[in-house]
Amino acid sequence: MALVFIPAQLRHLTGGRDRVDVAGATVGELVEAIDALHPGFGARVVADGELVPALAVSVDGDLVSGGLHETVRPASEVHFVPALGGG
Amino acid sequence: MSASDDPKSTGQATGGAERRFRVVGTRPVRHDGIDKVTGRARYGADVSLPGMLHGKVLRSPHAHARIVSIDASRAAALPGVKAIVTGADMPQVSGATEQAGEGTSNPRWLSDNILAKHKVLYTGHAVAAVAATSPHVAEEALALIDVRYEVLPHVLDVRRATAQGAPILHEDLRTQGLPTPSDQPTNVASVVLFERGDLAAALRAADVVVEREFDTAMVHQGYIEPHNAVAQVNPDGQATVWCSTQGAFDVRHFCAQILAMPLSQIRVVPAEIGGGFGGKTTIYLEPLAILLARKAGRPVKLVMSRAEVLRATGPTSGSHIRVKMGATRDGRITCADATLLYEAGAFPGSPVWAGAMCLLAPYDIETLRVEGYDVVVNRPKTAAYRAPGASNASFAAESVVDELAARLGMDPIELRTRNAAREGTPTPAGPRHRRIGSVEVLEAARRCPQYLSDLNAATGDGHLHAGGALTPPAAKRRGRGFAIGFWFNAGLQSSATIGINADGTASLVTGSPDIGGTRTSCAMIAAEELGLPVEHIRPVVADTDSVGHTDVTGGSRVTMATGLAVYEAAQDVKRQLCERAAALWKTEPGAVRFADGCVVASDGDTPKLALAEIAKQLGRTGGPVVGRATVNAQKATGAAFAGTLVDVEVDVETGKVDVLRCTVIQDAGRAIHPAYVEGQMQGGTAQGIGWALNEEYVYDDEGRLLNAGFLDYRMPVALDLPMIETVIVEVPNPRHPYGVRGVGEVSIVPPPAAVANAIANATGVRMTTLPMSPPRVLAALHAAGVGVGREETRVAAAT
Amino acid sequence: MAIRTQVSLTLNDEATDFLCEPRQTLLEVLRDELDLTGSKEGCATGDCGACSVLLDGRVVCSCLVLAVEAAGREVTTVEGLADGERLHPLQTAFLEHAALQCGVCTPGFLVAAKALLDRNPDPSEREVRYELAGNLCRCTGYDKIVRAVLAAARTMREANGGGGRARGE
Repeated sequence: MALVFIPAQLRHLTGGRDRVDVAGATVGELVEAIDALHPGFGARVVADGELVPALAVSVDGDLVSGGLHETVRPASEVHFVPALGGG
Repeated sequence: MSASDDPKSTGQATGGAERRFRVVGTRPVRHDGIDKVTGRARYGADVSLPGMLHGKVLRSPHAHARIVSIDASRAAALPGVKAIVTGADMPQVSGATEQAGEGTSNPRWLSDNILAKHKVLYTGHAVAAVAATSPHVAEEALALIDVRYEVLPHVLDVRRATAQGAPILHEDLRTQGLPTPSDQPTNVASVVLFERGDLAAALRAADVVVEREFDTAMVHQGYIEPHNAVAQVNPDGQATVWCSTQGAFDVRHFCAQILAMPLSQIRVVPAEIGGGFGGKTTIYLEPLAILLARKAGRPVKLVMSRAEVLRATGPTSGSHIRVKMGATRDGRITCADATLLYEAGAFPGSPVWAGAMCLLAPYDIETLRVEGYDVVVNRPKTAAYRAPGASNASFAAESVVDELAARLGMDPIELRTRNAAREGTPTPAGPRHRRIGSVEVLEAARRCPQYLSDLNAATGDGHLHAGGALTPPAAKRRGRGFAIGFWFNAGLQSSATIGINADGTASLVTGSPDIGGTRTSCAMIAAEELGLPVEHIRPVVADTDSVGHTDVTGGSRVTMATGLAVYEAAQDVKRQLCERAAALWKTEPGAVRFADGCVVASDGDTPKLALAEIAKQLGRTGGPVVGRATVNAQKATGAAFAGTLVDVEVDVETGKVDVLRCTVIQDAGRAIHPAYVEGQMQGGTAQGIGWALNEEYVYDDEGRLLNAGFLDYRMPVALDLPMIETVIVEVPNPRHPYGVRGVGEVSIVPPPAAVANAIANATGVRMTTLPMSPPRVLAALHAAGVGVGREETRVAAAT
Repeated sequence: MAIRTQVSLTLNDEATDFLCEPRQTLLEVLRDELDLTGSKEGCATGDCGACSVLLDGRVVCSCLVLAVEAAGREVTTVEGLADGERLHPLQTAFLEHAALQCGVCTPGFLVAAKALLDRNPDPSEREVRYELAGNLCRCTGYDKIVRAVLAAARTMREANGGGGRARGE
């Protein structure tokens, strides 16, 4: 089971829980699994089959570029964080 | 030639097994150096083409107005005018936000910023552009364009912009990131929120709580070279653009997107770039040059004036930040609560996310709540500026940490060390820190010569006084301040090719515009791997049709990420050379290895061949050898920490603050070219000191920028600064072959807080507004009763 | 079209003529008419010094000088600093001390520093900072520029045989 941290603004969809244990081989599968438990979650994170542009995903401390297709390990920690730029 | 050793820089290697380097860590002279000291280097504005026209841009005199009509007929009739474009010439583009370059972009906002369509949103917003036979004729033509405006109420301040009844910039803007989506028109483009733990309970349990509110002014990157673009468009639609940019591929992408052109129709040639600091990661003039060149059928050059640069290009956000922190009596910071409001400028996209993520990143704080608001106001659209958003946040957080230390009676660096984030500490946004050098930076700060020196030993003009203490005059108070700063550093995508020449020298092609010597740092990596002298590598920055996709020179990433592509391309070269040697020696490629610049057979008998010798054989062993590599370096990034230590002297009669001495301590991971690493550290520190003490956008009541020039937008000059001492800390990034983290940005993060902390140390007065310019400091001193009676009388008389 | 005036001057030690409009600045003519693009326009208001040239040996902002004002005078630009292929000691020192990053302010700094060293072969750090306060650099924080100028001064004093007094930094 991967540990997915729920962004603060979306915790009303998970009954206040700030983290959810779910199974999945990719970030996309994890999102689907959470959405099955907490309907509405997926719609806030995914648009047109991709991660919404305002979000980036972090797997085990790495800001990864694979988006929903990024693979995760069973014990991975997954965070959704704001997408940002540098100078 | 080699750059001299700087006695004030001390590299401190830490970490595991040390690879012995031959080239890395030396200080060769940069490959483009002679071009740049002789005036030969071609910057964007130096490009000239046969038959070229000159363009100028008409800009809004209003902060917020509806465009009623534009009549350019009189301008078009002026002899010498060849083309005019207005918003009506721009294609309609999608309003959907997308991922681009280093962050997100919204094509419609980008297009509207480049040329206003229905509304102008800040003074300086482009309304029309003209191409004519000379810049003077183009300027005369601008005066003949009649634009009718319906002036609207404007708003410049984040707190007013978020209040009820504020003028709305974009009727269709809705706040992103709310728990429940809202359908109300608003100036709040988005909200970010990080929360963990029970904040109210943690604050109740804290022994000491400090809460402060801070304001920081909008400031500009201040690159010395104004934006420029030259475009040529052929009748078949093929366009070529020469411009000053941090990312040619981003220019191509953005131009293609907002002009509805295929990428293959646009070639972008990055000229030498005269500074960027993030401000040249977007586009302004390039699409206008393409449109004008297409209409006129001749090449067109556009160059901004300094006033245009300040009025219409990427400043970074002014901000309002509230920070509250709680700690236990024994110096454990247990909780923090922060709210950040950042000016986005006229279109959404401030770096408030970054500010929110960086604000508490140097610390291990169990319970926190950080909330950030991206707020549109009638100011120029902000662009990235060196560690975007982090300096504002650091000013607030590091001031509060300093005050906590004072309240706890602890040494400020000791308090920071006790609470420092380490490998595995969750960042404010949640993901855990990788191996970071925060503790090593703090420890190095406590060992640096300045920290160990007597505050009163520095003279007032940047020299160390030869013999002992010098007491400052009565009106001058001295103080010392420290702050630490965090920045993520970026990875992103890069490409590199290395071509082996027949004489054993090599060409190195990348797509990373070179702002601070990265041609040479990349060439050093190739030289290290191939066993060549760095002078035998010729590094070239290529255009968008001559190298693989490469993201911006930004996010401190070129030496790390493009350097990684170069490293991989060199491995490709070595692999191919081993194959060629195997063919010559009639053995298996696996029986040949590359070591110390030679191909070596594992049989131990065959005499090894130096690269220059095998290079002669390439034609007859299968043709040229070109090594290539492309990388997505996201997983190779290493975060950066820097500490700034400043000694200041505050003149309590005038409010002027002089920086007497300054040291920047930074974790580079690995310093490839230490002199250029020091240069980044010193440059970022100087910008941070300017941000701290002088720089600000000043507006009048009509929303017009009053100081759109270098005389009044006061950046530090040589006389304002002391020597900037550097301590390079090396905590290798474990996921980069050399341990490189990237050094371009983080040094700008701590200076404003360090200066504020030094002023507090000197005077007992806590400054909470940037810049800490003489009038502000004087007012704060008087409010606190610091100073002597004489000027209090003077102020009383003046008010 | 405006009337163009013929201007004769000595430019980087060579007799030179050009035609210009009265409203054209010296900087504009150097860059656009004479193809000497080493002098840069950073502000056009005399605040940044990127366009610094020597006019009869004195540093001026060429953006604030009309081209016609240069008639009959001696102008030295960054292109005139090196002696053929031999770099001026300041140019060498800027390279060796990594005193440039983007390089766009470098021509102006070199010209201003040459004027300083021509007048004062042994400046203190403070004097260098004072004399170069009219030139903006946004990349370096000035540290390495100041060191390069002090080092070039040392080199030039040694080359001139005098050496002068050694100054502590």
